[in-house]
Amino acid sequence: MPQNIPLEYYLALSAIMFVIGAAGVVTRRNAIIIFMCIEMMLNAVNLTLVSFSSYLGDASGQMFVFFVMAVAAAEAAVGLAIVLSLFRSSQTVYVDEVNLMKW
Amino acid sequence: MVQDLLFTAPFTFLSVMAIIAMVLDALIVNSSRITFIFSAITLLFSGILGISTFGLHGIGFNGMVTGGGFAAYFDILFSIGGLLTILTSRQYLQRENIEHDEFYSLVLFAVAGMMLIAHSNHLLILFIGIEVMSVSFYILSGYMRNNAKSVESSLKYFLLGAFATGFLVYGIALIYGSTGSMDYNQIALNINNNALNFPALLPVGVALIVIGLSFKAAAFPFHQWAPDVYQGAPTIVTAFMSTAGKAAAFAAFIPIVTVLMPSAPVKLQMIFAVMSAATMLIGNISALAQTNIKRMLAFSSVAHAGYIMMGLVSGSQYGYSGIVFYLTAYMFMQIGSFIIVAILERNGEKYLELSDYAGLSKRHPVLAAFMTIFMFSLAGIPPFAGFFGKYFLFTAAIDAGFLWLTLVGVLSSIISVYFYIGLIVKMYFTEPEGQREDNEVGMSGLSLIITIAGVIVLGILPSGILSIASNLFNSTH
Repeated sequence: MPQNIPLEYYLALSAIMFVIGAAGVVTRRNAIIIFMCIEMMLNAVNLTLVSFSSYLGDASGQMFVFFVMAVAAAEAAVGLAIVLSLFRSSQTVYVDEVNLMKW
Repeated sequence: MVQDLLFTAPFTFLSVMAIIAMVLDALIVNSSRITFIFSAITLLFSGILGISTFGLHGIGFNGMVTGGGFAAYFDILFSIGGLLTILTSRQYLQRENIEHDEFYSLVLFAVAGMMLIAHSNHLLILFIGIEVMSVSFYILSGYMRNNAKSVESSLKYFLLGAFATGFLVYGIALIYGSTGSMDYNQIALNINNNALNFPALLPVGVALIVIGLSFKAAAFPFHQWAPDVYQGAPTIVTAFMSTAGKAAAFAAFIPIVTVLMPSAPVKLQMIFAVMSAATMLIGNISALAQTNIKRMLAFSSVAHAGYIMMGLVSGSQYGYSGIVFYLTAYMFMQIGSFIIVAILERNGEKYLELSDYAGLSKRHPVLAAFMTIFMFSLAGIPPFAGFFGKYFLFTAAIDAGFLWLTLVGVLSSIISVYFYIGLIVKMYFTEPEGQREDNEVGMSGLSLIITIAGVIVLGILPSGILSIASNLFNSTH
Protein backbone atom coordinates (compact mmCIF):
# COMPACT_ATOMS: atom_id res chain seq x y z
CA MET A 1 0.00 0.00 0.00
CA PRO A 2 1.50 3.40 -0.90
CA GLN A 3 2.64 5.16 2.25
CA ASN A 4 0.87 8.44 1.55
CA ILE A 5 -2.64 6.97 1.27
CA PRO A 6 -4.12 6.16 4.70
CA LEU A 7 -6.03 2.94 5.36
CA GLU A 8 -9.31 4.77 5.90
CA TYR A 9 -9.45 5.76 2.22
CA TYR A 10 -9.32 2.14 1.14
CA LEU A 11 -11.97 1.16 3.65
CA ALA A 12 -14.23 4.01 2.62
CA LEU A 13 -13.86 3.18 -1.06
CA SER A 14 -14.68 -0.47 -0.50
CA ALA A 15 -17.63 0.40 1.75
CA ILE A 16 -19.01 2.68 -0.99
CA MET A 17 -18.51 -0.04 -3.60
CA PHE A 18 -20.24 -2.54 -1.36
CA VAL A 19 -23.23 -0.27 -0.85
CA ILE A 20 -23.49 0.46 -4.58
CA GLY A 21 -23.44 -3.28 -5.24
CA ALA A 22 -26.07 -3.98 -2.58
CA ALA A 23 -28.29 -1.16 -3.88
CA GLY A 24 -27.96 -2.62 -7.37
CA VAL A 25 -29.08 -6.05 -6.17
CA VAL A 26 -32.15 -4.54 -4.55
CA THR A 27 -33.18 -2.23 -7.40
CA ARG A 28 -32.23 -3.97 -10.66
CA ARG A 29 -34.50 -6.57 -12.24
CA ASN A 30 -32.23 -8.28 -14.75
CA ALA A 31 -30.81 -11.47 -13.22
CA ILE A 32 -27.44 -11.03 -14.91
CA ILE A 33 -27.06 -7.43 -13.75
CA ILE A 34 -28.03 -8.50 -10.22
CA PHE A 35 -25.32 -11.10 -10.43
CA MET A 36 -22.79 -8.48 -11.59
CA CYS A 37 -23.75 -6.35 -8.60
CA ILE A 38 -23.08 -9.30 -6.30
CA GLU A 39 -19.66 -9.73 -7.90
CA MET A 40 -19.01 -6.06 -7.21
CA MET A 41 -19.88 -6.58 -3.54
CA LEU A 42 -17.41 -9.45 -3.37
CA ASN A 43 -14.71 -7.35 -5.01
CA ALA A 44 -15.34 -4.56 -2.53
CA VAL A 45 -14.72 -7.11 0.21
CA ASN A 46 -11.53 -8.20 -1.53
CA LEU A 47 -10.27 -4.62 -1.44
CA THR A 48 -11.03 -4.43 2.29
CA LEU A 49 -9.24 -7.69 2.92
CA VAL A 50 -6.14 -6.72 0.95
CA SER A 51 -5.85 -3.33 2.59
CA PHE A 52 -6.26 -4.79 6.09
CA SER A 53 -3.75 -7.47 5.22
CA SER A 54 -1.23 -4.88 4.13
CA TYR A 55 -1.95 -2.69 7.16
CA LEU A 56 -1.61 -5.56 9.64
CA GLY A 57 1.40 -7.05 7.86
CA ASP A 58 -0.40 -10.41 7.94
CA ALA A 59 -0.77 -12.66 4.89
CA SER A 60 -4.00 -14.42 5.79
CA GLY A 61 -6.14 -11.59 4.42
CA GLN A 62 -4.51 -11.86 1.01
CA MET A 63 -4.86 -15.62 1.14
CA PHE A 64 -8.57 -15.18 1.81
CA VAL A 65 -8.88 -13.05 -1.33
CA PHE A 66 -7.78 -15.96 -3.50
CA PHE A 67 -10.47 -18.12 -2.00
CA VAL A 68 -13.10 -15.43 -2.50
CA MET A 69 -12.11 -15.15 -6.15
CA ALA A 70 -12.24 -18.92 -6.63
CA VAL A 71 -15.64 -19.12 -4.97
CA ALA A 72 -16.91 -16.22 -7.07
CA ALA A 73 -15.80 -18.05 -10.20
CA ALA A 74 -17.61 -21.22 -9.08
CA GLU A 75 -20.72 -19.21 -8.28
CA ALA A 76 -20.55 -17.53 -11.68
CA ALA A 77 -20.44 -20.89 -13.44
CA VAL A 78 -23.44 -22.21 -11.52
CA GLY A 79 -25.32 -18.91 -11.63
CA LEU A 80 -25.05 -18.43 -15.37
CA ALA A 81 -26.15 -22.03 -15.90
CA ILE A 82 -29.21 -21.34 -13.75
CA VAL A 83 -30.00 -18.16 -15.70
CA LEU A 84 -29.62 -20.13 -18.93
CA SER A 85 -32.04 -22.81 -17.83
CA LEU A 86 -34.42 -20.09 -16.64
CA PHE A 87 -34.31 -18.55 -20.10
CA ARG A 88 -34.98 -21.94 -21.67
CA SER A 89 -37.98 -22.64 -19.46
CA SER A 90 -39.60 -19.19 -19.42
CA GLN A 91 -37.88 -17.00 -22.06
CA THR A 92 -36.99 -14.26 -19.61
CA VAL A 93 -34.10 -13.11 -17.45
CA TYR A 94 -36.12 -10.52 -15.52
CA VAL A 95 -36.66 -11.57 -11.94
CA ASP A 96 -40.01 -9.79 -11.57
CA GLU A 97 -41.41 -12.03 -14.30
CA VAL A 98 -40.34 -15.12 -12.36
CA ASN A 99 -43.25 -15.45 -9.99
CA LEU A 100 -44.94 -18.82 -10.22
CA MET A 101 -44.81 -19.15 -6.45
CA LYS A 102 -46.28 -16.45 -4.29
CA TRP A 103 -47.57 -16.26 -0.78
CA MET B 1 0.24 -34.59 9.96
CA VAL B 2 -1.18 -38.03 10.75
CA GLN B 3 -2.90 -36.52 13.75
CA ASP B 4 -4.38 -33.77 11.55
CA LEU B 5 -5.75 -36.28 9.07
CA LEU B 6 -7.17 -38.35 11.89
CA PHE B 7 -9.09 -35.37 13.25
CA THR B 8 -10.56 -34.59 9.90
CA ALA B 9 -11.01 -38.19 8.71
CA PRO B 10 -14.80 -37.99 8.09
CA PHE B 11 -14.68 -35.04 5.75
CA THR B 12 -11.37 -35.76 4.03
CA PHE B 13 -12.66 -39.26 3.31
CA LEU B 14 -15.98 -37.90 2.11
CA SER B 15 -14.41 -35.24 -0.12
CA VAL B 16 -12.13 -37.77 -1.81
CA MET B 17 -15.03 -40.17 -2.30
CA ALA B 18 -17.23 -37.40 -3.72
CA ILE B 19 -14.58 -36.66 -6.34
CA ILE B 20 -14.30 -40.38 -7.15
CA ALA B 21 -18.09 -40.56 -7.48
CA MET B 22 -17.96 -37.68 -9.95
CA VAL B 23 -15.26 -39.45 -11.98
CA LEU B 24 -17.29 -42.67 -11.93
CA ASP B 25 -20.19 -40.76 -13.49
CA ALA B 26 -17.95 -39.64 -16.29
CA LEU B 27 -16.25 -42.97 -16.95
CA ILE B 28 -19.07 -45.49 -16.73
CA VAL B 29 -22.13 -45.45 -18.97
CA ASN B 30 -25.43 -45.79 -17.10
CA SER B 31 -23.59 -45.49 -13.83
CA SER B 32 -26.50 -44.28 -11.70
CA ARG B 33 -26.93 -47.61 -9.93
CA ILE B 34 -23.21 -47.85 -9.16
CA THR B 35 -22.93 -44.25 -7.93
CA PHE B 36 -26.05 -44.73 -5.85
CA ILE B 37 -24.58 -47.71 -4.01
CA PHE B 38 -21.16 -46.06 -3.85
CA SER B 39 -22.54 -42.86 -2.29
CA ALA B 40 -24.68 -44.70 0.23
CA ILE B 41 -21.69 -46.78 1.38
CA THR B 42 -19.49 -43.67 1.48
CA LEU B 43 -21.91 -41.86 3.76
CA LEU B 44 -22.23 -44.93 5.96
CA PHE B 45 -18.45 -45.04 6.36
CA SER B 46 -18.07 -41.34 6.99
CA GLY B 47 -20.66 -41.72 9.74
CA ILE B 48 -18.65 -44.59 11.20
CA LEU B 49 -15.48 -42.48 10.97
CA GLY B 50 -17.37 -39.76 12.80
CA ILE B 51 -18.21 -42.20 15.58
CA SER B 52 -14.63 -43.45 15.83
CA THR B 53 -13.13 -39.94 15.97
CA PHE B 54 -15.72 -38.85 18.52
CA GLY B 55 -13.42 -39.30 21.50
CA LEU B 56 -10.63 -37.14 20.10
CA HIS B 57 -10.29 -33.51 21.09
CA GLY B 58 -8.08 -30.87 19.69
CA ILE B 59 -7.20 -28.74 16.72
CA GLY B 60 -5.30 -29.63 13.58
CA PHE B 61 -3.81 -28.10 10.42
CA ASN B 62 -2.24 -25.14 12.23
CA GLY B 63 -5.34 -24.51 14.27
CA MET B 64 -7.63 -24.21 11.26
CA VAL B 65 -9.89 -27.16 12.04
CA THR B 66 -11.16 -28.82 15.19
CA GLY B 67 -11.59 -32.54 15.51
CA GLY B 68 -13.70 -34.87 17.58
CA GLY B 69 -16.47 -33.95 19.99
CA PHE B 70 -18.69 -31.21 18.56
CA ALA B 71 -17.38 -31.59 14.99
CA ALA B 72 -17.61 -35.39 15.05
CA TYR B 73 -21.16 -35.25 16.38
CA PHE B 74 -22.21 -33.07 13.48
CA ASP B 75 -20.27 -35.31 11.06
CA ILE B 76 -22.45 -38.19 12.20
CA LEU B 77 -25.61 -36.10 11.99
CA PHE B 78 -24.86 -34.88 8.45
CA SER B 79 -23.95 -38.40 7.33
CA ILE B 80 -27.29 -39.67 8.60
CA GLY B 81 -29.09 -36.84 6.82
CA GLY B 82 -27.26 -37.51 3.57
CA LEU B 83 -27.83 -41.24 3.83
CA LEU B 84 -31.57 -40.84 4.40
CA THR B 85 -31.72 -38.49 1.42
CA ILE B 86 -29.81 -40.81 -0.88
CA LEU B 87 -31.79 -43.90 0.11
CA THR B 88 -35.03 -42.13 -0.75
CA SER B 89 -33.78 -40.26 -3.77
CA ARG B 90 -33.20 -43.00 -6.36
CA GLN B 91 -36.82 -44.02 -6.59
CA TYR B 92 -37.99 -40.41 -6.52
CA LEU B 93 -35.58 -39.36 -9.25
CA GLN B 94 -36.54 -42.29 -11.47
CA ARG B 95 -40.20 -41.45 -11.07
CA GLU B 96 -39.61 -37.81 -11.92
CA ASN B 97 -37.39 -38.91 -14.81
CA ILE B 98 -34.44 -36.82 -13.67
CA GLU B 99 -32.00 -39.48 -12.58
CA HIS B 100 -28.80 -37.91 -13.84
CA ASP B 101 -25.79 -39.41 -12.16
CA GLU B 102 -24.47 -36.17 -10.70
CA PHE B 103 -27.19 -36.06 -8.06
CA TYR B 104 -25.40 -38.43 -5.72
CA SER B 105 -22.01 -36.77 -5.97
CA LEU B 106 -23.64 -33.38 -5.40
CA VAL B 107 -25.22 -34.67 -2.20
CA LEU B 108 -21.79 -35.94 -1.12
CA PHE B 109 -20.23 -32.55 -1.84
CA ALA B 110 -22.96 -30.78 0.10
CA VAL B 111 -22.36 -33.07 3.09
CA ALA B 112 -18.60 -32.46 2.83
CA GLY B 113 -19.24 -28.70 2.93
CA MET B 114 -21.44 -29.05 6.01
CA MET B 115 -18.79 -31.11 7.77
CA LEU B 116 -16.22 -28.44 6.96
CA ILE B 117 -18.49 -25.88 8.64
CA ALA B 118 -18.76 -28.01 11.76
CA HIS B 119 -14.98 -28.52 11.82
CA SER B 120 -14.09 -24.88 11.27
CA ASN B 121 -11.86 -23.12 13.74
CA HIS B 122 -10.90 -20.38 11.30
CA LEU B 123 -13.08 -17.95 9.34
CA LEU B 124 -11.60 -19.13 6.04
CA ILE B 125 -12.69 -22.73 6.66
CA LEU B 126 -16.12 -21.49 7.66
CA PHE B 127 -16.42 -19.53 4.42
CA ILE B 128 -15.28 -22.42 2.21
CA GLY B 129 -17.59 -24.84 3.97
CA ILE B 130 -20.61 -22.57 3.58
CA GLU B 131 -19.87 -22.02 -0.08
CA VAL B 132 -19.29 -25.69 -0.92
CA MET B 133 -22.61 -26.49 0.72
CA SER B 134 -24.50 -23.58 -0.86
CA VAL B 135 -23.23 -24.07 -4.42
CA SER B 136 -24.25 -27.73 -4.25
CA PHE B 137 -27.68 -26.65 -2.98
CA TYR B 138 -28.12 -24.11 -5.81
CA ILE B 139 -27.63 -26.90 -8.32
CA LEU B 140 -29.72 -29.46 -6.44
CA SER B 141 -32.70 -27.14 -6.02
CA GLY B 142 -32.82 -26.60 -9.78
CA TYR B 143 -32.33 -30.25 -10.50
CA MET B 144 -35.65 -30.65 -12.35
CA ARG B 145 -34.38 -28.33 -15.04
CA ASN B 146 -37.41 -28.74 -17.30
CA ASN B 147 -39.73 -27.75 -14.50
CA ALA B 148 -40.26 -23.99 -14.34
CA LYS B 149 -40.90 -24.02 -10.60
CA SER B 150 -37.69 -25.86 -9.84
CA VAL B 151 -35.65 -23.46 -11.98
CA GLU B 152 -37.38 -20.52 -10.33
CA SER B 153 -36.54 -21.82 -6.88
CA SER B 154 -32.95 -22.36 -7.93
CA LEU B 155 -32.66 -18.81 -9.30
CA LYS B 156 -34.16 -17.27 -6.17
CA TYR B 157 -31.94 -19.33 -3.93
CA PHE B 158 -28.86 -18.52 -5.96
CA LEU B 159 -29.36 -14.75 -6.16
CA LEU B 160 -30.32 -14.32 -2.51
CA GLY B 161 -27.71 -16.84 -1.35
CA ALA B 162 -24.91 -15.08 -3.22
CA PHE B 163 -26.16 -11.74 -1.85
CA ALA B 164 -25.99 -13.15 1.69
CA THR B 165 -22.52 -14.50 0.97
CA GLY B 166 -21.45 -10.93 0.21
CA PHE B 167 -22.58 -9.84 3.68
CA LEU B 168 -20.93 -12.83 5.31
CA VAL B 169 -17.57 -12.16 3.65
CA TYR B 170 -17.71 -8.46 4.45
CA GLY B 171 -18.39 -9.37 8.07
CA ILE B 172 -15.41 -11.72 8.04
CA ALA B 173 -13.21 -8.99 6.53
CA LEU B 174 -14.21 -6.45 9.18
CA ILE B 175 -13.71 -8.91 12.04
CA TYR B 176 -10.32 -9.75 10.58
CA GLY B 177 -9.34 -6.11 10.31
CA SER B 178 -10.56 -5.34 13.78
CA THR B 179 -9.11 -8.27 15.67
CA GLY B 180 -6.13 -8.93 13.39
CA SER B 181 -6.80 -12.63 13.09
CA MET B 182 -9.13 -15.18 11.54
CA ASP B 183 -8.46 -17.90 14.06
CA TYR B 184 -11.39 -18.30 16.48
CA ASN B 185 -9.19 -18.76 19.54
CA GLN B 186 -7.03 -15.77 18.65
CA ILE B 187 -10.10 -13.62 17.96
CA ALA B 188 -11.58 -14.56 21.33
CA LEU B 189 -8.25 -13.79 23.02
CA ASN B 190 -7.93 -10.39 21.35
CA ILE B 191 -11.51 -9.45 22.19
CA ASN B 192 -11.10 -10.45 25.82
CA ASN B 193 -7.80 -8.56 26.13
CA ASN B 194 -9.30 -5.59 24.35
CA ALA B 195 -6.45 -5.72 21.83
CA LEU B 196 -8.48 -4.38 18.91
CA ASN B 197 -7.25 -2.30 16.00
CA PHE B 198 -10.54 -0.66 15.11
CA PRO B 199 -13.02 -1.24 17.94
CA ALA B 200 -15.78 0.51 15.97
CA LEU B 201 -15.62 -2.01 13.13
CA LEU B 202 -16.12 -5.10 15.28
CA PRO B 203 -19.86 -4.65 15.97
CA VAL B 204 -20.45 -3.97 12.26
CA GLY B 205 -18.55 -7.12 11.36
CA VAL B 206 -20.49 -9.14 13.92
CA ALA B 207 -23.80 -7.81 12.60
CA LEU B 208 -22.88 -8.66 9.00
CA ILE B 209 -21.75 -12.18 9.86
CA VAL B 210 -24.96 -12.75 11.85
CA ILE B 211 -26.96 -11.58 8.80
CA GLY B 212 -25.08 -13.99 6.54
CA LEU B 213 -25.58 -16.97 8.84
CA SER B 214 -29.22 -16.13 9.62
CA PHE B 215 -29.87 -16.25 5.92
CA LYS B 216 -28.50 -19.78 5.75
CA ALA B 217 -30.60 -20.76 8.77
CA ALA B 218 -33.70 -19.04 7.27
CA ALA B 219 -34.35 -16.89 10.34
CA PHE B 220 -36.44 -13.72 10.30
CA PRO B 221 -36.00 -11.23 8.57
CA PHE B 222 -33.94 -13.27 6.12
CA HIS B 223 -36.41 -16.12 5.68
CA GLN B 224 -38.35 -14.94 2.61
CA TRP B 225 -36.45 -17.20 0.24
CA ALA B 226 -37.24 -20.36 2.20
CA PRO B 227 -40.90 -20.99 1.25
CA ASP B 228 -40.35 -20.42 -2.47
CA VAL B 229 -37.14 -22.43 -2.63
CA TYR B 230 -38.48 -25.28 -0.51
CA GLN B 231 -41.69 -25.47 -2.52
CA GLY B 232 -40.07 -25.43 -5.93
CA ALA B 233 -37.10 -27.70 -5.29
CA PRO B 234 -37.46 -31.48 -5.76
CA THR B 235 -39.08 -32.81 -2.58
CA ILE B 236 -36.16 -34.94 -1.58
CA VAL B 237 -33.76 -32.02 -1.99
CA THR B 238 -36.05 -29.90 0.16
CA ALA B 239 -35.89 -32.56 2.85
CA PHE B 240 -32.12 -32.42 2.75
CA MET B 241 -31.77 -28.63 2.57
CA SER B 242 -34.27 -27.84 5.27
CA THR B 243 -32.72 -30.20 7.82
CA ALA B 244 -29.02 -30.75 7.20
CA GLY B 245 -28.61 -27.25 5.76
CA LYS B 246 -30.19 -25.70 8.83
CA ALA B 247 -28.12 -27.91 11.13
CA ALA B 248 -24.99 -26.72 9.32
CA ALA B 249 -25.98 -23.08 9.78
CA PHE B 250 -26.36 -23.62 13.52
CA ALA B 251 -23.13 -25.63 13.66
CA ALA B 252 -21.51 -22.45 12.35
CA PHE B 253 -23.48 -20.23 14.71
CA ILE B 254 -22.53 -21.94 17.98
CA PRO B 255 -18.72 -21.46 17.86
CA ILE B 256 -19.05 -18.00 16.29
CA VAL B 257 -21.44 -16.84 18.99
CA THR B 258 -19.24 -18.35 21.69
CA VAL B 259 -16.31 -16.35 20.33
CA LEU B 260 -18.09 -13.09 19.61
CA MET B 261 -20.57 -12.91 22.49
CA PRO B 262 -18.07 -11.12 24.78
CA SER B 263 -17.66 -8.32 22.23
CA ALA B 264 -21.29 -7.27 22.63
CA PRO B 265 -22.74 -9.34 25.43
CA VAL B 266 -26.18 -7.92 26.08
CA LYS B 267 -26.96 -6.51 22.68
CA LEU B 268 -26.27 -9.68 20.68
CA GLN B 269 -28.39 -11.74 23.06
CA MET B 270 -31.26 -9.29 22.72
CA ILE B 271 -30.99 -9.29 18.92
CA PHE B 272 -31.16 -13.08 18.86
CA ALA B 273 -34.15 -13.02 21.19
CA VAL B 274 -36.09 -10.64 18.95
CA MET B 275 -35.15 -12.57 15.82
CA SER B 276 -36.13 -15.83 17.46
CA ALA B 277 -39.52 -14.56 18.58
CA ALA B 278 -40.31 -13.02 15.19
CA THR B 279 -39.15 -16.15 13.32
CA MET B 280 -41.37 -18.43 15.42
CA LEU B 281 -44.45 -16.27 15.07
CA ILE B 282 -44.08 -15.48 11.37
CA GLY B 283 -43.27 -19.07 10.45
CA ASN B 284 -46.21 -20.55 12.30
CA ILE B 285 -48.77 -17.89 11.39
CA SER B 286 -47.85 -18.06 7.68
CA ALA B 287 -48.03 -21.85 7.77
CA LEU B 288 -51.68 -21.59 8.86
CA ALA B 289 -52.68 -20.08 5.53
CA GLN B 290 -50.98 -22.63 3.26
CA THR B 291 -52.75 -25.18 1.09
CA ASN B 292 -49.64 -26.79 -0.39
CA ILE B 293 -48.01 -29.30 1.94
CA LYS B 294 -44.45 -28.50 0.89
CA ARG B 295 -45.04 -24.82 1.48
CA MET B 296 -46.63 -25.54 4.84
CA LEU B 297 -43.66 -27.63 5.90
CA ALA B 298 -41.35 -24.89 4.59
CA PHE B 299 -42.95 -22.30 6.85
CA SER B 300 -42.88 -24.75 9.71
CA SER B 301 -39.17 -25.17 9.04
CA VAL B 302 -38.76 -21.39 9.35
CA ALA B 303 -40.58 -21.56 12.69
CA HIS B 304 -38.26 -24.32 13.88
CA ALA B 305 -35.25 -22.12 13.14
CA GLY B 306 -36.83 -19.71 15.61
CA TYR B 307 -37.11 -22.36 18.31
CA ILE B 308 -33.50 -23.41 17.77
CA MET B 309 -32.36 -19.80 18.02
CA MET B 310 -33.61 -19.72 21.61
CA GLY B 311 -30.59 -21.85 22.46
CA LEU B 312 -28.31 -19.15 21.05
CA VAL B 313 -30.13 -16.56 23.16
CA SER B 314 -29.34 -18.47 26.33
CA GLY B 315 -25.66 -18.59 25.39
CA SER B 316 -25.12 -21.31 27.96
CA GLN B 317 -23.86 -24.86 27.75
CA TYR B 318 -27.39 -26.05 28.47
CA GLY B 319 -28.81 -23.98 25.64
CA TYR B 320 -26.21 -25.18 23.16
CA SER B 321 -26.81 -28.82 24.03
CA GLY B 322 -30.53 -28.10 23.60
CA ILE B 323 -29.73 -26.88 20.09
CA VAL B 324 -27.78 -30.05 19.32
CA PHE B 325 -30.60 -32.23 20.64
CA TYR B 326 -33.24 -30.29 18.74
CA LEU B 327 -31.27 -30.44 15.49
CA THR B 328 -30.99 -34.22 15.85
CA ALA B 329 -34.70 -34.60 16.55
CA TYR B 330 -35.60 -32.14 13.82
CA MET B 331 -33.47 -34.03 11.29
CA PHE B 332 -35.51 -37.19 11.84
CA MET B 333 -38.98 -35.70 11.99
CA GLN B 334 -38.64 -33.26 9.11
CA ILE B 335 -36.88 -35.68 6.72
CA GLY B 336 -39.45 -38.30 7.68
CA SER B 337 -42.42 -36.13 6.80
CA PHE B 338 -40.82 -35.06 3.52
CA ILE B 339 -40.16 -38.70 2.63
CA ILE B 340 -43.87 -39.41 2.98
CA VAL B 341 -44.64 -36.37 0.80
CA ALA B 342 -42.14 -37.70 -1.77
CA ILE B 343 -43.73 -41.16 -1.72
CA LEU B 344 -47.22 -39.80 -2.35
CA GLU B 345 -46.19 -37.20 -4.91
CA ARG B 346 -46.75 -38.00 -8.60
CA ASN B 347 -44.75 -36.63 -11.49
CA GLY B 348 -45.88 -33.24 -12.69
CA GLU B 349 -46.11 -32.08 -9.08
CA LYS B 350 -49.44 -33.75 -8.46
CA TYR B 351 -50.83 -34.64 -5.03
CA LEU B 352 -48.99 -31.92 -3.16
CA GLU B 353 -52.09 -30.11 -1.92
CA LEU B 354 -53.31 -30.68 1.63
CA SER B 355 -56.67 -31.80 0.21
CA ASP B 356 -54.92 -34.71 -1.51
CA TYR B 357 -54.22 -36.14 1.93
CA ALA B 358 -57.91 -36.62 2.65
CA GLY B 359 -58.64 -40.19 3.64
CA LEU B 360 -55.02 -41.29 3.49
CA SER B 361 -55.59 -43.55 6.49
CA LYS B 362 -57.90 -45.74 4.41
CA ARG B 363 -55.54 -46.18 1.50
CA HIS B 364 -52.25 -46.24 3.39
CA PRO B 365 -52.81 -46.87 7.10
CA VAL B 366 -49.09 -47.23 7.83
CA LEU B 367 -48.01 -44.08 6.02
CA ALA B 368 -50.83 -42.15 7.68
CA ALA B 369 -49.76 -43.43 11.11
CA PHE B 370 -46.14 -42.46 10.45
CA MET B 371 -47.18 -39.02 9.23
CA THR B 372 -49.24 -38.62 12.38
CA ILE B 373 -46.23 -39.38 14.55
CA PHE B 374 -44.07 -36.90 12.62
CA MET B 375 -46.73 -34.21 12.90
CA PHE B 376 -47.14 -34.82 16.65
CA SER B 377 -43.38 -34.61 17.02
CA LEU B 378 -43.13 -31.40 14.99
CA ALA B 379 -45.95 -29.89 17.04
CA GLY B 380 -44.07 -30.83 20.21
CA ILE B 381 -46.53 -33.29 21.68
CA PRO B 382 -45.08 -35.88 24.08
CA PRO B 383 -43.75 -38.56 24.04
CA PHE B 384 -42.02 -37.82 20.73
CA ALA B 385 -38.62 -36.26 20.10
CA GLY B 386 -39.89 -32.76 19.29
CA PHE B 387 -41.41 -32.33 22.74
CA PHE B 388 -38.13 -32.80 24.62
CA GLY B 389 -36.26 -30.66 22.09
CA LYS B 390 -38.64 -27.79 22.77
CA TYR B 391 -38.61 -28.44 26.49
CA PHE B 392 -34.79 -28.16 26.71
CA LEU B 393 -34.70 -24.98 24.62
CA PHE B 394 -37.56 -23.34 26.53
CA THR B 395 -36.00 -24.06 29.93
CA ALA B 396 -32.63 -22.79 28.66
CA ALA B 397 -34.27 -19.51 27.67
CA ILE B 398 -35.96 -19.22 31.08
CA ASP B 399 -32.64 -19.85 32.82
CA ALA B 400 -31.11 -17.02 30.81
CA GLY B 401 -33.86 -14.69 32.04
CA PHE B 402 -35.88 -14.57 28.84
CA LEU B 403 -39.27 -15.59 30.19
CA TRP B 404 -41.12 -13.51 27.60
CA LEU B 405 -39.33 -15.38 24.82
CA THR B 406 -40.46 -18.71 26.24
CA LEU B 407 -44.02 -17.42 26.41
CA VAL B 408 -43.82 -16.43 22.74
CA GLY B 409 -42.42 -19.89 22.02
CA VAL B 410 -45.27 -21.63 23.80
CA LEU B 411 -47.82 -19.38 22.10
CA SER B 412 -46.41 -20.10 18.65
CA SER B 413 -46.30 -23.83 19.42
CA ILE B 414 -50.00 -23.66 20.21
CA ILE B 415 -50.61 -21.90 16.88
CA SER B 416 -48.61 -24.59 15.13
CA VAL B 417 -50.73 -27.37 16.62
CA TYR B 418 -53.64 -26.09 14.51
CA PHE B 419 -52.06 -26.88 11.13
CA TYR B 420 -50.16 -29.99 12.20
CA ILE B 421 -53.28 -31.53 13.70
CA GLY B 422 -55.29 -30.21 10.76
CA LEU B 423 -53.34 -32.52 8.48
CA ILE B 424 -53.98 -35.48 10.78
CA VAL B 425 -57.71 -34.72 10.88
CA LYS B 426 -57.67 -34.58 7.09
CA MET B 427 -55.96 -37.96 6.87
CA TYR B 428 -58.25 -39.73 9.33
CA PHE B 429 -61.63 -38.05 9.36
CA THR B 430 -62.34 -37.00 5.78
CA GLU B 431 -63.32 -39.11 2.81
CA PRO B 432 -60.91 -39.42 -0.12
CA GLU B 433 -61.88 -37.72 -3.35
CA GLY B 434 -61.91 -40.10 -6.30
CA GLN B 435 -59.68 -43.03 -7.09
CA ARG B 436 -55.97 -42.90 -7.67
CA GLU B 437 -52.98 -45.16 -7.84
CA ASP B 438 -50.20 -44.69 -5.37
CA ASN B 439 -46.50 -45.20 -5.79
CA GLU B 440 -44.58 -48.08 -4.33
CA VAL B 441 -42.87 -47.40 -1.02
CA GLY B 442 -39.79 -49.46 -1.88
CA MET B 443 -36.40 -48.25 -0.72
CA SER B 444 -37.88 -45.16 0.94
CA GLY B 445 -39.40 -47.52 3.49
CA LEU B 446 -35.94 -48.12 4.93
CA SER B 447 -35.31 -44.43 5.54
CA LEU B 448 -38.83 -44.08 6.93
CA ILE B 449 -38.14 -46.80 9.46
CA ILE B 450 -34.87 -45.11 10.47
CA THR B 451 -36.56 -41.74 10.92
CA ILE B 452 -39.52 -43.11 12.86
CA ALA B 453 -37.16 -45.05 15.11
CA GLY B 454 -35.17 -41.87 15.67
CA VAL B 455 -38.25 -39.86 16.58
CA ILE B 456 -39.55 -42.46 19.01
CA VAL B 457 -36.22 -43.35 20.64
CA LEU B 458 -35.28 -39.70 21.14
CA GLY B 459 -38.72 -39.12 22.59
CA ILE B 460 -38.66 -41.99 25.05
CA LEU B 461 -35.00 -41.85 26.05
CA PRO B 462 -33.90 -38.26 25.55
CA SER B 463 -31.32 -38.29 28.35
CA GLY B 464 -28.74 -40.33 26.44
CA ILE B 465 -28.37 -37.90 23.55
CA LEU B 466 -28.73 -34.91 25.86
CA SER B 467 -25.84 -36.01 28.06
CA ILE B 468 -23.70 -36.65 24.99
CA ALA B 469 -24.69 -33.22 23.67
CA SER B 470 -23.87 -31.40 26.89
CA ASN B 471 -20.50 -33.15 27.14
CA LEU B 472 -19.64 -31.61 23.76
CA PHE B 473 -19.48 -28.19 25.38
CA ASN B 474 -17.61 -29.18 28.51
CA SER B 475 -14.02 -29.19 27.35
CA THR B 476 -12.76 -27.26 24.34
CA HIS B 477 -15.90 -25.52 23.16
